[in-house]
Amino acid sequence: MSEHMTLGDLDAAQANREAADAAQAKGHAETVTAPAAAEGAEGRVETLSMQQALNRALADVMEENPRTVILGEDVGRLGGVFRITDGLQARFGEQRVFDTPLAESGILGMSVGLAMAGYHPIPEVQFDGFAYPAINQIVCQVGRMNYRSRGTLPMPITLRVPSFGGIRAPEHHGESLESLFAHVPGLKVVSPADPEQAYHLLKHAATRPDPVIFMEPKSRYWQKGPVNVGGAGFQPGGSRVARTGKHVTLVAWGAMVARCLQVAELAAEDGIEVEVLDLRWLKPIDTAGLAASVSKTRRAVVVHEAPLTAGLGAEVAALITERCFGTLRAPVERVTGFDVPYPSGDLEDEYIPNIDRILFGIQRVLEYRRG
Amino acid sequence: MALELAVEQANLPELSADQLRQLYRLMVAVRHLDESAIRWQRQGLIPGYAPELGQEAAQVGSGFALDMTRDFVFPTYREMGVARTAGVDMVQYMSTHKAVWHGGLYDPAASRFAPIQAVVAGSVLHAVGWAHAQTLDAEPGQERGAAITYFGDGASSQGDVHEAMNFAAVLKAPVVFFVQNNGWAISVPTERQVAGGSVAARAAGYGIPSLQVDGNDVVAVAQATAAALAHARAGNGPAVIEAMTYRRGPHSTSDDPGRYRTLDEERAAAGEDPLARMRARLLEAGIADEAFFADALAAAKAEEEQIRTGLEALGPRPGTEMFDFVYQEPTEALKAQAAAWREESEHV
Repeated sequence: MSEHMTLGDLDAAQANREAADAAQAKGHAETVTAPAAAEGAEGRVETLSMQQALNRALADVMEENPRTVILGEDVGRLGGVFRITDGLQARFGEQRVFDTPLAESGILGMSVGLAMAGYHPIPEVQFDGFAYPAINQIVCQVGRMNYRSRGTLPMPITLRVPSFGGIRAPEHHGESLESLFAHVPGLKVVSPADPEQAYHLLKHAATRPDPVIFMEPKSRYWQKGPVNVGGAGFQPGGSRVARTGKHVTLVAWGAMVARCLQVAELAAEDGIEVEVLDLRWLKPIDTAGLAASVSKTRRAVVVHEAPLTAGLGAEVAALITERCFGTLRAPVERVTGFDVPYPSGDLEDEYIPNIDRILFGIQRVLEYRRG
Repeated sequence: MALELAVEQANLPELSADQLRQLYRLMVAVRHLDESAIRWQRQGLIPGYAPELGQEAAQVGSGFALDMTRDFVFPTYREMGVARTAGVDMVQYMSTHKAVWHGGLYDPAASRFAPIQAVVAGSVLHAVGWAHAQTLDAEPGQERGAAITYFGDGASSQGDVHEAMNFAAVLKAPVVFFVQNNGWAISVPTERQVAGGSVAARAAGYGIPSLQVDGNDVVAVAQATAAALAHARAGNGPAVIEAMTYRRGPHSTSDDPGRYRTLDEERAAAGEDPLARMRARLLEAGIADEAFFADALAAAKAEEEQIRTGLEALGPRPGTEMFDFVYQEPTEALKAQAAAWREESEHV
């Protein structure tokens, strides 16, 4: 088979994309193959939406650690605008799951104080864009208190941020802040791609002694998948090969992982075997995992929703280049959002990397010739 | 409709003669250390310092009211007098001004004194969170520890102060907001900073009891703070105290007050020196004499000498500490940076 995709292939891909997008719009993009509930050797496999999986993870950590508290806007009686904390106040009481006044700096500043008193706060910022009013507390306090106090005041804060675009929401409801967070010393940043990842990564993050920004891909909240509830054996660290391939590596996180898996399906029809690397941790980035994949495929395309300039794709590209310069067949491509404010719903499909643009990115690295 | 914090109704015991003398001793120690720190800066021992000259009564008085077995202090960078009164190790406290470590070297958890920090109002919200944790820990009706958070008239302009007061009132958090209104935020006077002229007056809007107190009267400050702490510890929620005082010195050793106020204005606005006032009070009450004052000053000098010696002996921290305290669980990437730094730094 050829290593090169032709533009004709892309036309075919376009037709497939339209079919896939139509299916996704109906919420059936991914077929759930797992049984509704099955006892596994290491736990119980259930079919859950990401919203349900996150809710279950929160319930588990609240159960396990009585010093875990949940706070934020509307997280109590309402269960959060995305219902991620649904039922938790009724189960764990108004002391441990409480609504705060509508002020994000207050939510984060208060979380710092709770952590100083030995609690593990899980604050929610209702939407990505509302993290901006809390940036001072996140950067100057959450990220630095452990350092400033020489390790005597750890900040076990798990900040949940419904993130990224794709739901035709108002302004400030579709932002991708990962490069901003990743640039801040003292923070760790993670984003799950599916219900299984969401459940286990949140349970992991919410039991760590360091602050973790947990970026939930809100456009994936209602997609279902198998979750090994309570099961051991999950590897919480590093990246994850979501699909194995040998011609090119797509590096993605959050909602873009599912899109890259769709792309891989389409490319496979043209004989192009795409590896999809779900980066998961945006800080620390799994350099070894990146190098392992790209050393094999010798080509990489980074896909993210955030604007191009100084986006996390630049960091990923630099890490790949540092590790794989000798074996790379082409410069690392970036398929990203644009350097524009996140657009209104009518235009967001033009902004978020779509299947075409990712395929073009793949084509560029496949067709690249030196000189 | 202001809710005045009722100091008289708090049924606090009168300060004993011993306690009054103790307050004076603390004020002298703080005054002498503060003035010495400016000299240390001029002599090159420390690169900078934020003096608190004139605020000894506000700081010692409020610090004196604390119960350091259960309360917790959230300072800014100008609370040396509180630190001294609360029993913080002063060499380790002063280390921040020697540029040894940003938050100071003292253990903030053990000292119950949060790390010094430069973002004004940054720690005000932390006090609310810490205080709410005491509510979560306490049985209903049980006494609890209180947080006290210090900030100035300048910091009161920050949105975080509003958020903190609102959160604290909604949650009935046991926190005392202690405002030192010292007339100046670097070069900007209170009248261009605090609309309405009083931070305490804002408390009424949150339903928080408050008191504007003569911040140069150490006894009045101690009593007001004790009443506010009692109110908070009993589970009645937050209180605001605004200690009206005056920053007699520059904002910092890099500041030049001559550019924004004259000496005549300073003298007129500063009022009577809080230390001189306390001295007169003790004399009038007949509970101190010249020998006592001389002894207090001698003790202050001996203490300063000891702190200075400790500070002189304090070398730079090992460079590895840049990396050691970023995380509880350091990342591989950070470990790699630390290793590269070590390898490429010939002096290590």
